[in-house]
Amino acid sequence: MSYSELYSDLVEMPGALLPIFHRIQERLGYVPQEALPEIAKALNLSRAEVHGVMTFYHDFRSEPAGRTVVKICRAEACQAMGANALVAHAEACLHTPLNSTSADGSATLEAMYCLGNCALAPAVMINGDLKGRVTPARFDALVAAAGKAVPA
Amino acid sequence: MIRVYVPRDSAALSVGADDVAAAITVQAQQRGLAVELVRNGSRGLLWLETLVEVTTPAGRVAYGPVYPEDVESLFEADFLHGGAHALGHGLTDQIPYLARQERLTFARCGITDPLSLDDYLAHDGYRGLRNALAMDAAAIVQQVTDSGLRGRGGAAFPTGIKWKTVLGAQAAQKYIVCNADEGDSGTFADRMIMEDDPFTLIEGMTIAGVAVGATIGYIYLRSEYPYAFDVLNQAIAIANQHQWLGENIQGSGKTFHLEVRLGAGAYICGEETALLESLEGKRGIVRYKPPIPALKGLFGLPTIVNNTISFASVPIIMDKGGEFYRNYGMGRSRGTLPFQLAGNLKQGGLVEKAFGLTLRELIYDFGGGTASGRPVRAIQVGGPLGAYVPASQFDTPLDYEAYVGISAMIGHGGIVVFDDTVDMAQMARYAMEFCAIESCGKCTPCRVGSTRGVEVVDRIIANQDRAANLALLRSLCDTMLNGSLCAMGGMAPYPVLSALNHFPEDFGIEAGELAA
Repeated sequence: MSYSELYSDLVEMPGALLPIFHRIQERLGYVPQEALPEIAKALNLSRAEVHGVMTFYHDFRSEPAGRTVVKICRAEACQAMGANALVAHAEACLHTPLNSTSADGSATLEAMYCLGNCALAPAVMINGDLKGRVTPARFDALVAAAGKAVPA
Repeated sequence: MIRVYVPRDSAALSVGADDVAAAITVQAQQRGLAVELVRNGSRGLLWLETLVEVTTPAGRVAYGPVYPEDVESLFEADFLHGGAHALGHGLTDQIPYLARQERLTFARCGITDPLSLDDYLAHDGYRGLRNALAMDAAAIVQQVTDSGLRGRGGAAFPTGIKWKTVLGAQAAQKYIVCNADEGDSGTFADRMIMEDDPFTLIEGMTIAGVAVGATIGYIYLRSEYPYAFDVLNQAIAIANQHQWLGENIQGSGKTFHLEVRLGAGAYICGEETALLESLEGKRGIVRYKPPIPALKGLFGLPTIVNNTISFASVPIIMDKGGEFYRNYGMGRSRGTLPFQLAGNLKQGGLVEKAFGLTLRELIYDFGGGTASGRPVRAIQVGGPLGAYVPASQFDTPLDYEAYVGISAMIGHGGIVVFDDTVDMAQMARYAMEFCAIESCGKCTPCRVGSTRGVEVVDRIIANQDRAANLALLRSLCDTMLNGSLCAMGGMAPYPVLSALNHFPEDFGIEAGELAA
């Protein structure tokens, strides 16, 4: 399979590599490793350079994420409002430790370091939507609404 | 028709602003009432979000925090005519939190529709650029220099001097780069200006381009801000359409092209040289300096890299003059800073004030004390690399130099409040852990020191050979402070040492036995 049609319009852009990764992840949900050699060729870079950039940034995933992606802020302002307890609650609720995907593929839980919603802490982002004042009860409701039934 | 405002700022959206707006529309239709709904920016009174405003003959009246289920009762109380309601706060402009601020950079924030160019122009927008287009380059740079503006990202380098260096550099192409990688916990001023008054940033960057002869600009935006990405792209398209960007801006013959680029979740890319590497499509690894970016920046060419708030402060300086701006503030800290009140506070939000006020005023007069109702124990000022300030220092004036004097920093103006349940040894451990997660890996003190730092703090907490490990921690912090390539490793010891020095009891140290 060729991935180049996803990003061929970006190749000529100065500093194109990050925009290309963003585009592929936006369309496919992750950046398949098989795409890296052809990106390297298109940008006249070594495969090692392309691999190095891909793995440097926290955003880019090499595997598909779970159906619901929950990003939870554990930076200081959210910690001051109970983020650590919320992380523990989220791990139990989603049946997966932080920075991993649940065995059934229903949810991915990721740590974030500031979502810029520090006055309405704790903050989470669920499938790209920012949420504030997230208590454990509200967390459950938000996750349920995002399509993941919370087992009793 | 009655005009109702419901913010579209992502903080408001995060607590249901879209649902509130929808409920207002439904209720109005059911009651046969004609309502014009405006999606404005946020006023920055974030604890009141969703803050709904209604235009009345006396001015805009505020209600908040409004949840969708409150909307019916607002209609019952005739809020469309400013009726009394439990969530009512009277005239927005007279809410003390707002009335006591000095809104210069954020003057329009929350008042206008962020994507209405007409609104922007009607509220003094683009007056700064109009002035700049009639001036020669050196005069623009002089005006910015005269204002006393210093880099709002945290390093506080004089903006005018940076601009002068780029102006004097000879090159076929120069660049303007906005550092919108606002990664510090407790900060959201960049996000707010981008979402709530994006033309201000665009205008500021355009003035910079005109001043130094740069025709291409990039906004390097962190990927955690998807709403800001969307708003900026729309605002740039509007500005291009109306000749405020692109070729021959307003018939001046000047050119400035602007593009937004997304980061990818790396805190280190807020460091200017790592940011430039990332913009070039590389790993965000810090560069050695010199050469400075002003001479060899993006793609090796002269580049102004300024923080979002630095650029956003330029339009009012060019509109009202450097002298006007300089008249705010104290000492060498001139103008205003948007302080961001966050963490365990009753009234979190954005407070733009002249330098010189104190933490005590910010957290009690504005913040209203802790949300938990417990005593304030520590305040982290200036993000994850900033010191923890104890109550005994709450009266130190917020001034760059005064903060350096207490081994702290103002940084980007983030104020994160902790109550007395905080364990400062854990916060010290977290500071090292964060540095280990986000270190770019180029220099050893930061890459290795942060990981060793977590281990040493863990041993101190576990009371393993505590005295020796405390000495080791101080030695390690000294190595990081003095041996790191950039502020990441060079400042990560600030929260660690301040926690240790001001709260030794949390590290198991008895009063009086604190090793020097």
